Amino acid sequence: MSNHLSFEKPLVELREKIAELKSFAKEKGIDLSEEIQTLEGRLAQLEEDIYGNLHPWQRVQIARFSERPTTLDYIEHLFNDFLEMHGDRLFADDPAIVGGIALYKGNPVTVIGHQRGKDTKDNIYRNFGMPHPEGYRKALRLMKQAEKFSRPVICFIDTKGAYPGKAAEERGQSEAIARNLREMAGLKVPIVSIVIGEGGSGGALALGVGNYIHMLENSTYSVISPEGAAALLWKDASYAKQAAETMQITAPDLKKLGVVDTVIEEVRGGAHKDVKKQAMLIDQVLEESLHTLTRKSASELVKERYEKYKEIGEIITL
Amino acid sequence: MLKDFFSRRRRYATIPSERKQQVNTKEGVMTKCPECKTIMYTKELQKHHNVCFRCDHHLPMTAYERIHSLIEEDTFVEYDRNLISGDPLSFPEYKEKLATDREKTNLNEAVVTGEGKLDGIPIVIGVMDGRFRMGSMGVAVGEKITRAIEKAIEKERPFILFSASGGARMQEGMLSLMQMAKTSAALHRLDEAGLLFISVMTHPTTGGVSASFASLGDYNFAEPKALIGFAGRRIIEQTIRQELPENFQTAEFLLEHGQLDRVVHRHEMKSTLKTVLRIHGYHREEGGEELV
Repeated sequence: MSNHLSFEKPLVELREKIAELKSFAKEKGIDLSEEIQTLEGRLAQLEEDIYGNLHPWQRVQIARFSERPTTLDYIEHLFNDFLEMHGDRLFADDPAIVGGIALYKGNPVTVIGHQRGKDTKDNIYRNFGMPHPEGYRKALRLMKQAEKFSRPVICFIDTKGAYPGKAAEERGQSEAIARNLREMAGLKVPIVSIVIGEGGSGGALALGVGNYIHMLENSTYSVISPEGAAALLWKDASYAKQAAETMQITAPDLKKLGVVDTVIEEVRGGAHKDVKKQAMLIDQVLEESLHTLTRKSASELVKERYEKYKEIGEIITL
Repeated sequence: MLKDFFSRRRRYATIPSERKQQVNTKEGVMTKCPECKTIMYTKELQKHHNVCFRCDHHLPMTAYERIHSLIEEDTFVEYDRNLISGDPLSFPEYKEKLATDREKTNLNEAVVTGEGKLDGIPIVIGVMDGRFRMGSMGVAVGEKITRAIEKAIEKERPFILFSASGGARMQEGMLSLMQMAKTSAALHRLDEAGLLFISVMTHPTTGGVSASFASLGDYNFAEPKALIGFAGRRIIEQTIRQELPENFQTAEFLLEHGQLDRVVHRHEMKSTLKTVLRIHGYHREEGGEELV
C-alpha cells in the first residue's frame, strides 16, 4: 500500500494490528473488544502525537506526496462551470500550468495554477508541474483578460520550480517570470494566491504576487529546495532534513516571518486524506478574501499590493 | 555551484590549485586575464576599465569603478549607504560572512545606489558588486534598489541598473524571494510614470535577479560574454542529460535568441547610454543644479 508516508509507519502498523485482531475475534468468535478498545485508544494518542507535531521535513513529505490534491482537484470542488483555456498565443500550450474561467459562488473568476501529474504518464505530460516560459505567458494572458473583464484572479501554487532546461532558457524563462511579477503587481483586479503543495522559488512566485498569499498548513514555500540548500551549505544533499528546518519554509514559519497572510488548516494527516473537506477549508478563507478585496477600488488594490511587499523583511541601518 | 560563475572570471590572479603559477603576480600589482592568461599591470588594466588588452575579455568591475567610469565624479551622491540586512533566519555563519565581506569589499551590501550626472544628464543609478556575497539579493539589496527606483520616480529621472548577481540570497530564505516581487512592483510604478529604465547585465546575472528587475528594462543590454540565465548550467545538464553548447547562457546566446536588445562593449557603454538618454529627450544640465 502506497497511501502512507514513511513517518506514518507506526500508525499503519497499529491499524493493521487492530484489523487483524478484529478479524481474528470474528473468526474465532472470541470477545476481544476490550483489547481492541485499548489499541484504538493508543492509536488516537499516536495520531495526535504524530500529526499534532509535524516537523518541517515531515511537512515537506506531505507537500510532495504523489496523492496530494492538485490544482484541478480543488478547481473541481471549489468552482462551477470551469472552462480551461489553453496557450500563450506565442509558442505553445504548457500543460504544467492550467488556467481558465469559472464561476465562484455565482461570480465570474479567472483560475490559474501549476499542475502536477498523478502518475508517471500524467507527470511526463505535465512535466512534473515545472513550467516553461509559455506557461507563465499563458498565465499572464489570462490575468490580463481577467483585468479587462474585471474579475478576480485566483492562483494555486504547486511546483518544484520553473523548469531548468535548455529550451526554457532559450525562450526566456527569466523574462517570463520577471514580466509576471511586474504585471501582477499592477493588475487592477484582486489576486489571491494559495500555496497548495510545494512553492519552489521564482517559478512559484510568478503566480504569487497576490493581495493575499495563503498557504495550506502542510505546504512549503522556499527560495531553494531543502536538498539544494543542503548541497550548498553542507556540500551534501542528505542534510535536506536539517536544511528544511534552517530555511523556515513551512506555512507556520512563513506566517511568523510575515510572508504569508493565512495558514489554511489541513485535514488531519494531510489534504489527501479528504479532498472534499480540504476544499471546504480553502473555501472559507477564499470567500472571506474575495469578500474583502472585491469591495476595493483598482487603485487601492494596486497600492495595497505594493505596500504589502514593501513591509516584508526588516531593514537595519548601521 | 554558483561560486563557479564567479571564480571563472575573478579579477585578481587566482592560482588554480592543480598547477602552480610560474609568474610572480604580487597581490594587486599584476593581474592575469582569466581568459587568455596574459599578465597585465593592474593599474594599466584599471585605466582600460578592466578589459583585457590582448583578448578583450571583460574582467569584473567593482561597483565604484563602474560608477566612476560613467558618472562625473563630483556629481555622485550615494543613497542608503548604511542600509544592511539582518539575520532573519539566524542562519548558520551568515552574520560572520556578512562581516567578512564588509571588511573585504569596503561595501555594506551587494549594491551601490545613488544619483549623478552621466555626461551632464542627471540619472539615478544602481550597480551591483559581485564581490559581496556573490552579488546575491537579500532584503537590503532589494530595498536599496526599490528605494532608488522610487527616487527616480520622485525626481522624474531615468534609472540605470548594472546587475551582477548569483540570484536571491539563500541565507535570508523567503524574504529574499520576496525582493523579486518588491523590485518588480517598483518597476511597474516607474513604467506607469512613463520613465526610462535601462538594464545592463554584467557577468554573471542569474537566478532571481535575472528573473526580476534585470530582465525588465525598456532596454536590456549586456556586456560581451556575460553569463545570463535563470537556472544554473549544471542543474540543466543534470536535468536534460545532454551537453549544452559552449556559448550557452552567454550574452551572445541570449542576443541570438531574442532575449537582449544589444550586447555592448564596455568601452562603448557610456556612449551607448548617452545616445539612448538623448533620444529619450534627456539633455545636459549645465552648471550648479542642486543634487540630493
